[in-house]
Formats: sequence, structure tokens, C-alpha cells
Amino acid sequence: MQQGLGDLDELYQEVLLDHYRNPRNTERLDDPTSEVDAINPFCGDEIHMQIGLYGDTVASISVTGQGCSISQAAGSLLTEIVDGRTTTEARELRELFREMMTGEEVSDEVADRLEDSLALQGVRRFPVRIKCALLSWSALIDALDKVAPTKP
Amino acid sequence: MSPATHLDVENIRADFPILTRQVNGRPLTYLDNAATSQKPNQVIQSLVDYYERYNSNVHRGVHTLSIEATEAYEDARGKVKRFINAPSTESIIWTRNTSESLNLVAYTWAEANVSAGDEIVTTAMEHHSDIVPWQQLAMRKSATLKIIPETENGRLDMEQAADLITERTKIVATTHMSNVLGTVVDVKALADAAHAVGAVILVDGAQSVPHMPVDVQALNCDFMAFSAHKMLGPTGIGVLYGRPEILEAMPPWMFGGDMILEVSYEDASWNDLPYRFEAGTPNIADAIATGVAVDYLEALGMENVWEHEQKITEYALRRFAELETINLLGPHEIEDKGAVLSFSHDSVHSHDLGTALDQLGIAIRTGHHCAMPLIRSHDIVSAARASFYIYNTEAEVDVLIDGLKETERYFSKAGIA
Repeated sequence: MQQGLGDLDELYQEVLLDHYRNPRNTERLDDPTSEVDAINPFCGDEIHMQIGLYGDTVASISVTGQGCSISQAAGSLLTEIVDGRTTTEARELRELFREMMTGEEVSDEVADRLEDSLALQGVRRFPVRIKCALLSWSALIDALDKVAPTKP
Repeated sequence: MSPATHLDVENIRADFPILTRQVNGRPLTYLDNAATSQKPNQVIQSLVDYYERYNSNVHRGVHTLSIEATEAYEDARGKVKRFINAPSTESIIWTRNTSESLNLVAYTWAEANVSAGDEIVTTAMEHHSDIVPWQQLAMRKSATLKIIPETENGRLDMEQAADLITERTKIVATTHMSNVLGTVVDVKALADAAHAVGAVILVDGAQSVPHMPVDVQALNCDFMAFSAHKMLGPTGIGVLYGRPEILEAMPPWMFGGDMILEVSYEDASWNDLPYRFEAGTPNIADAIATGVAVDYLEALGMENVWEHEQKITEYALRRFAELETINLLGPHEIEDKGAVLSFSHDSVHSHDLGTALDQLGIAIRTGHHCAMPLIRSHDIVSAARASFYIYNTEAEVDVLIDGLKETERYFSKAGIA
């Protein structure tokens, strides 16, 4: 069976393309609580993340970078669900996102919590690109750990 | 298209089982040969034959299997010697790959001969494995690393090379052919410049030895490194050629069986070349298979291999000119350019291109090609690369061009191209 590029639609969903074309929350923060640069050494994708904490809440977040559509859109989508969450909630979201990307069944409740980032589910069918989607989420954990390390 | 070439590509393709594979419902179009080549039946069978019939350790036994294995192993060394016209089999050292060959020189010859204030000269178009060992050496020794730049048309700047190689230069490390730009470097000229100041020259031949006639004596190089897996051979084995008188004076690097002459509890003395640099049980099966890969290439004739690749690259260069949103890196003319075409798209990242082309059964390389400094010097973060070999056809170039056009349409509709 010959396939064309139609199968790519599952990967390049409209929400993802929209975030790639017009990334959200790219303005650099004046006084970030924490910032990190994450690089995927195999492909060179880069994410620069800044977070501003107010108490235990992520009150501001900024993501910029360069790389493929998946890595950059995932970063932009991340800012939308993490903004305004507590650091604990942010870490939970990362776990849920990672579980989704590594093949866990996504319940309605998890789908609700991941909001538009659910669109990245389609990346699962292209295993080599999963690391692109996870890059900004590891940057987030690094940024949070810089403030208060994850308990072992 | 009827390519007037001296290679019978149809017959060649029949020797490569993998080329009958389907990928995502399409025939495989394998254009990632600069990363690794595919293997003909002859090479695959030689591995099976070794393990089924005469698997044994070498240089150690008096029994029949060991004698047969040793003969085949040393015979392969002789084939490699002839293939690159080395002066003796003692000058051919088996390693794991090109990277190990380069590191061997950095940790032996260079460790003993480079000191504070000396200069190491390399080029702007090296693979990481021919940059990082020299950076590390420069740091260990407080030596200076100098880089010969690229010209605007993707060549090595030979005028600057003449200024950069000075009385302080101890070693010039250069690629013979860039894995990103396809640029063929005038190694002979650099060798003359290095020798004129008493320096040695080391050549990264990973991309040249598989694709063109290479004569280490005519090039006058002191070291040449290459890998078998890019020239129809198996992974896990490479070669370091060294000028015998230089190898003879080099301290050993790794210690163990096979590399010693005599051992007491207090001390040891070293075996002759090339064994002094081959500690432990070597990669016997893959060395033998490398010999078979060399036989295959010699039967085709390296002049014919180069001619075929020049033709296909020339055709690809012409077809790429049709693609308005694709920017080619490196020389746009066929002179002194090997079968490597790297390119970037105006707005689509190379990984998105690569994923789309894979849907069409086309295998290309994407990313930084283990040459981050070079990629960044072109003001891009990544590139796509198509690279050809003996079994590729102009029809496959057409598949690639059509694939790129289809990809362009797809991403254009998606609003990102």
C-alpha cells in the first residue's frame, strides 16, 4: 500500500502548527527566578526557558528557541498550561505529559488537564520525534530544580 | 536517462538485499551513504562463513582453525594496504572506526610530540571527531589550535592555510572530503606545506577512501584514518594508516595481549608493527569482511566509482536548482566535490523534512552532521543531507526531488513553508 504524506496530518495537527507559526509567551522576563538552556545533543534543538515564581506559583514563563516544529510548538504549548500553576502541579503535568508520550492510555481527566498539549499525542506514532516533544518539559524540570530540587 | 557509466548499477543493486525493502509502502530510496553504506551479499556472507567455518582466535594457536583465521585476517590487511597503496602491511592498523584512528594519533604521536606553545592546524570543515581530540590536546599541552577557514564558495581557503601553517605547527589535521559540503580538499598541497615546516599531516579519509582512488604515498600524508562501514564493510572496524618510520617511533596506547613482545612481573617490551597498536583479541570477523568489501570495490574500479558518483552528483546539482526554497551548502560546481549534497529549507526545519521524506521511503540525514561549528558558520541550526553511492541512480535523484516538491506542498498548505 502506497501512502502519501496524509499520515503526517496526525503529527502536524492544526493546534501544533498554529503554535509553531505563532509561538506564545516568547517575551523574555525582566527578573526570572530561574532560567535554563536545554539542548538535544543528537539534533541540536534548543529551548531557552525562564520562569518567574510568586511564592510557589509559576506566575510568568517564557520560552524561546530554535529547532523543529515539534520541539518549538511543544515549548509554546507548555507555557499555556504551566502558567499560573503551583510548582507541584507543574511537575505533575510533566509526568502526565511524559506518560502520554510514552504510550499510556490517556483518560478524559488527563486529557482535560493537558489541554491543547493533547495534540502532541500524534507524535507517538513517530517515535524518533518523541524526544523533540519532551525537550521543553525537561527544561521546565531543570528550571524548577534550580529553585528547589526534586526530592529523590 | 541512460547514464553512460562504467558501473552496471542494475547488477550492483542485485547484490544488496536491503535495497529490495519497502519503507512506508514505498521502495527504499537510500540516500544516507555518508553516514553508512549498505552491504553487499558478498560481505554479509563472509561474516556468516567465518563464524560457521573457521571462527577462532588469531596469532595464538597452532590448530587449523586458528591458522585459517590468522591467514584470512592478515590477508585482509594486505588488501587494505594495496587499496590505499600503503608502503607495507606494517603501516595498516585495525581500529574500531575513524574516530578511534584519529584519537590514536592524538594520544600517541601528538602526546609525545606536541608541547606548550606549539600549534595544531585543522580546518573549518572537520567532523567533531577531527576537532575535539585536538581541542583536548591543545588544552592538555597549552598548545594553540588554528582553523583554516572555508571560502565563500565552499572550498578550503588555501591562501590562509599557507599563512596558518608556520614553524610552530606540529600537526596538520584535515579532512580529505567534507561530510557536509562534499568539498574535496587538496591534501597534497597541505602535506607539502606541513612537511616544509617539519610538521606531520593526518588525513580524515572517512568520506574519500570509499568513493575515490586514494594513494597515501602520492598524497604524501603521514596518517590516514577511515572506517569500513562507509565502504560496504561492517560496522565496528576502521583503519589507521601511518608512515612506517613514524609509527615505529610512537609509544603504544593501549596495553594487553598481542601488543607485547616479552612480559615479566616488573616490565614489558613491545611487539612489532602493526601489532603494537592492536592490544587484545582484534575484530577478526569484521576485518576479514572489510577485505571482502575492498575486493568488491576493486572489482568495480575506484575510478569508475568516482565517475559514477560525479555523474549522479552533477545531475542532482542540476535538479536541485529547480527548488526555489532549498538552499544548497558547499560548492555548487562539480569540480572537487563528492557525492554529498547538504541543504536547508527557507522555513521548514530539516527534521520535519526528514520525517516527511521518510513517509515516502526516502532516507536522508538531518541535523548537525557532527559538524556543529560548520553548520553554525552557515547561520543555520541544522541541515538535511543526501549522499550517494555505487548503487544509487538518477531515477532515485528524481524520487528525492519529487519528494521535496511534495513535502513543500504539504508544509505550504500547513502554513509553515
